[in-house]
Amino acid sequence: MTAPFRPRDHAWHPPARAPSYRSSLARAPSHPLVAVPQGLSELTGPVFGADAIGPLDGDLLRNFAGADAPVGERILLHGRVLDEDARPVPHVLVEIWQANAGGRYRHKTDGYLAPLDPNFGGCGRCLTDAEGQFRFRTVRPGPYPFQNHEPAWRPAHVHFSVFGSGLAQRLITQMYFEGDPLIAKCPIVATIPDARAVERLIARLDMENAVDFEMLAYRFDIVLRGRTQTHFENRREGA
Amino acid sequence: MTAQDLKETPSQTAGPYLHIGLSPSAAGFAPYAREFGQQIAGPDTPGRRIRIAGRIIDADDTPVRDAIIEIWQADAAGIYPHPDDPRHAQAAPGFTGFGRVACDFETGEWAFETIKPGSVEGPDGSPRAPNLNLWIVARGINLGLSTRLYFGDEEAANATDPLLCAIAEPARRATLIAASTESGEVPAYRFDIRLQGEGETVFLDI
Ligand SMILES: [Fe+3]
Repeated sequence: MTAPFRPRDHAWHPPARAPSYRSSLARAPSHPLVAVPQGLSELTGPVFGADAIGPLDGDLLRNFAGADAPVGERILLHGRVLDEDARPVPHVLVEIWQANAGGRYRHKTDGYLAPLDPNFGGCGRCLTDAEGQFRFRTVRPGPYPFQNHEPAWRPAHVHFSVFGSGLAQRLITQMYFEGDPLIAKCPIVATIPDARAVERLIARLDMENAVDFEMLAYRFDIVLRGRTQTHFENRREGA
Repeated sequence: MTAQDLKETPSQTAGPYLHIGLSPSAAGFAPYAREFGQQIAGPDTPGRRIRIAGRIIDADDTPVRDAIIEIWQADAAGIYPHPDDPRHAQAAPGFTGFGRVACDFETGEWAFETIKPGSVEGPDGSPRAPNLNLWIVARGINLGLSTRLYFGDEEAANATDPLLCAIAEPARRATLIAASTESGEVPAYRFDIRLQGEGETVFLDI
């Protein structure tokens, strides 16, 4: 059997109950989590085949577009999925969702007054390649207001869902954009206790991969839990 | 790279619009030819067909109507369709083991059909009672919540399951056991999940 995943550092993640974020108050368990030794159930996880992914699934500029492209700042959003030992996590599913350039979601329950964009759906998915790389083409989402203790604004963000090679690596998070002044004011960002952890959610402007006269690029790397005893194994293999 | 660059990426809530990314048909549109998690077991998958339904209840006794539950389970022989299961080559045909179900936007009720899983070996080699691994994400949930669903009609297996036995209080143990319910042709189970307060479900650090 493969080595278990390293324990999760819960002090690095937002706590279940985060007073800055009102919605967490009634939805946070009050008992501590019960630790479970990892077995097959946690070391294995869903596997997704490339045959199920359509050629446009990762292209939000085209996967919902009619005759026209969506409105907004066109961007290439790319990066790598790695584990805590800096090893690529290949062939895993990455899914994203986001608001359109005006900050409106294509969702039954979003009633924000910004208009829907008839050419923008707002979701994409792809599998990482052998090096753990993923890439999406999309538009930069707009900020939007939400109900909290007092009205608050979300910084521009893209939601990311990642499957690792085992269930224990499953992660959902959000990606923000370098330089956005709303990041520091967001009650949901503020659920993260450590400022260095917030930095890890901020995609960097990546002019090297911008495409001339077509789109800017942002880079975002995602790290999933590593495995125990990896260093010993590596040493043995290298000896 | 510094040590902080190689710690796990911090989690953030999936927010209220998670359906767009995880299950767009629930959000109201269908951009993909096939959505993942729609079918755990295919029509040719051997095993006993079952139906599981329930709700997720918050601290105010209100049903959560904007959550998604992900399911990961073994087939009827206890095999996971994943290369790290030593028996994966014999996994049942048409079996993905993976499901996604969204709560109803009005009632909060969720339901899915699958086959009853077989027993899986735990890390110490002892068998676990048949169970489903569940992962719950929603607005207000900052890090996805892991739990397990055991079956009320597996009393003997449940009595020796290492996780159930590790939970000292019988009342808390009971929060992980789905009740058999009267039904028609397909055996049915009911599993209500309580996020906080009286009868709070046991959540796991896996
Ligand atoms: Fe959002």
